[in-house]
Amino acid sequence: MVTYFSEIYRGLLSLFEGMGVTFKEFIKPTVTVSYPYETLEMCERYRGHIELIENEEGEPNCVVCMMCQRACPSDCISIAGKKEEGSKKKVLTKYMLDFTKCSLCGTCVESCNFNALDFSKEYNLASTRKEDFYFDLLKRLEDRNK
Amino acid sequence: MNAPVETNAPIEIQPDETFILNVGPQHPATHGVLRVKMEMNGEYIVDAETVIGYIHRMHEKMGEIKTYPQFLMNLSRMDYLGALGYSHGHVLVVEKASAIEVPERAEYIRAIMVELNRIASHLFWFGAFVMDLGGFSPLMYALQDREHILDMLEAVTGSRLTYCYFRFGGVYNDIDDDFISAARKFIPRMRKSLKKYHKLVTGNIIFRKRLEGVAPLSKEICRKYGASSAVARGSGINFDVRKNEPYSVYPEFDFDIPVYHECDSMARYMVRMDEIEQSLRIVEQGLAKLPDGPVMPKKKPKIIKPPAGDYYQAVETARGSFGVRLVSDGDKIPYRLKLRSPTYSNMHLFDEACKGMMIMDALAFMGSLDLVIPEIDR
Amino acid sequence: MNLTLLNVIVAVVIAIAFAALNAAYLVWAERRGAARIQRRPGPNINGPFGLLQPPLDGIKLMAKQLTTPGGADKVLFIAAPVLAMFPAIMSFVTIPFSDTIVAKNMNVGVLMIFAFASMGSMSLVFAGWSSRNKYSMMSSVRAVSQAVAYEIPMLITTITVVMIAGSTDLMEIVNQQSPSILHWNIFPLLGNSHNLLMPLSFLIFFTCTLAETNRAPFDLGEAESELVAGFHTEYGSMGFGLFFMGEYANIVIGSCMTTILFLGGWSCPFGLFPGVWWFIIKLYILIATFIWIRWTFPRTTIYGLLNLSWKILIPLSLFNLLFTAGLIKVF
Repeated sequence: MVTYFSEIYRGLLSLFEGMGVTFKEFIKPTVTVSYPYETLEMCERYRGHIELIENEEGEPNCVVCMMCQRACPSDCISIAGKKEEGSKKKVLTKYMLDFTKCSLCGTCVESCNFNALDFSKEYNLASTRKEDFYFDLLKRLEDRNK
Repeated sequence: MNAPVETNAPIEIQPDETFILNVGPQHPATHGVLRVKMEMNGEYIVDAETVIGYIHRMHEKMGEIKTYPQFLMNLSRMDYLGALGYSHGHVLVVEKASAIEVPERAEYIRAIMVELNRIASHLFWFGAFVMDLGGFSPLMYALQDREHILDMLEAVTGSRLTYCYFRFGGVYNDIDDDFISAARKFIPRMRKSLKKYHKLVTGNIIFRKRLEGVAPLSKEICRKYGASSAVARGSGINFDVRKNEPYSVYPEFDFDIPVYHECDSMARYMVRMDEIEQSLRIVEQGLAKLPDGPVMPKKKPKIIKPPAGDYYQAVETARGSFGVRLVSDGDKIPYRLKLRSPTYSNMHLFDEACKGMMIMDALAFMGSLDLVIPEIDR
Repeated sequence: MNLTLLNVIVAVVIAIAFAALNAAYLVWAERRGAARIQRRPGPNINGPFGLLQPPLDGIKLMAKQLTTPGGADKVLFIAAPVLAMFPAIMSFVTIPFSDTIVAKNMNVGVLMIFAFASMGSMSLVFAGWSSRNKYSMMSSVRAVSQAVAYEIPMLITTITVVMIAGSTDLMEIVNQQSPSILHWNIFPLLGNSHNLLMPLSFLIFFTCTLAETNRAPFDLGEAESELVAGFHTEYGSMGFGLFFMGEYANIVIGSCMTTILFLGGWSCPFGLFPGVWWFIIKLYILIATFIWIRWTFPRTTIYGLLNLSWKILIPLSLFNLLFTAGLIKVF
């Protein structure tokens, strides 16, 4: 009999305690960010899709060594380059990133020995067409320089 | 055993009185694409069969066709809530196989990161579990705390969920002072939140009535199916890879393994809540003891080619004992990479243990197992 | 008040409008309240404070196609949502909001409201039975056992109040509580009976109201983590909308009854300015408590619910009934 009533009493008390907790939360300010109106800045090390790094002349640092293409676990990178006559270095002519397959692991950036690749901070990448995710990084670089 | 005395009463079943209920593959309680085929007699479960494989992605097979560094990122795709623990197992076994020395600072950073990830995973589990039982707000509170951890991890690793942070021989990035001060600030905050959770959820009479004495799991059944983590520790089996087969720098930390002997859903819940506190202790000690130095070894083979042999390493992830068995034939691609995922074992005892339960209790029980479906299917 | 045809039509129209408006804006209040408890802003885009959200949601629901699952019992399937809404609206007719604002006062008002309230669970049975869905079926079976278990303590508690007032007329029950807060049935220190167990009766009645309206923590019929969405799994469009409105209309009825039976209806706690505003204030405080409870507690189990009713609520309410009867006999 005593346990019956003490259980009811303690049960009720625990319910009121719980309601106290939610009431305290109720009067606290909200913590969310209302996304399209406010946006957060991505942190310094944020890993978006890759981007080419340019040198002072606005040309990509890339020397077409193919390391990133070989390191990529998902075969998303395809590079082409050609040798200008008379010059020793190869010049990058095509850098395609197939973002539909990319899993943002960063292996390509790590494998690059010439400081030619970096992560972009872009995250608004939604689209309804698959073609929008085949990024031409050389073109993006040119657009950035405009 | 107080609440469901009625539920365990023997029921006489006529063969034509039962019906089949398909719970899943799209059902709010299965948290993913798991299907449970239940034979029901009214609200009671007569027989259940878990059907897995809806999101099988052949991670093990991928391990056999990719080089070691290329496979790194697959590990974090196995379990999206506690990704770092799985990467830890993989890097440890490859380091063991190819005898790579890991700098001490990197070991400490790994331990801190894994423990923070474990807290995040347990917090999410806590929220999802209470949501399974019908309480919504705790999930949001848990996500708020988890958000702090994700922010810290993002600042260091660059991603929020599928980290690809550990490398053979060390870690990808060093941690900075911002991270250390944020982690120091997080520890008291989390302790305060834990008190709030205990007040809001653990003490709640409705919650206790739903869990205490419900879904008892004996030691025998846990051993039979190879259960680990809170499922085993809630049934009185004192087994934690961090203590029983120490790896990394865990022997240097002072922490306890919470073990409960009640065997019910409440015990499994309490084990996980206590583990959050223990992980906080490890993070605290790790930050205090953090040595200076490099985070990657000075000399490291350019191409990882472990000598031929058979290697095994188990780690304690948020969901239990995760084992990686690596069979190498000396090539730069493993001959065989077997991933022993803990949830796979934990889930399979559901079939046997849920017989005779009511569907509400069975789904609460399923929640207490902490299932992450991609990790079962791999 | 004479019952002319015009009078009835006006009363019913006002009742429907009140129920619908309440249902729509209680959804908004619930979403805002839940969001604040979880430290989110909630719906705040459409209109000031998101106040245009409910009408827009209504338009969206109406624009959707009404589908009937194959093999369903079509008549019952369509009848069920109407049945969910109808008793709630009918109950509004007899509820006195103040001593003048009442559509039709009856001397058996309490009985009428309970008669309509028990029709509510019938709509759940119809919906579950006709949907041809195993989850809906289980949910409706649960709803019946729940309704049976909770109407008993609810009626016993109401009988206690009726005994104190000596009338089943809702106006009369309120009038007896009107002088001050100490005459209210929740703390009847100065009223007809000096029963100190009445706060307990109030809690029992409130719990039963929660269970009768299928609200958390007793929302076993809906139980979205187990039975997907329970009895309205197969409903879309306005069929779902009517269930939704019916649920909120039932909450309003339940809170109205609690206000009238225990909190003195439209009377002021200090005996000043009695009027409809006091009724509204009490009503919405109770509804806010409904929302607050829903977003705090987990759901009970079906056996936990029945245990609570048969082992705790019914014995306690029976004891209180006998105790009150004894007190009335003695004093």
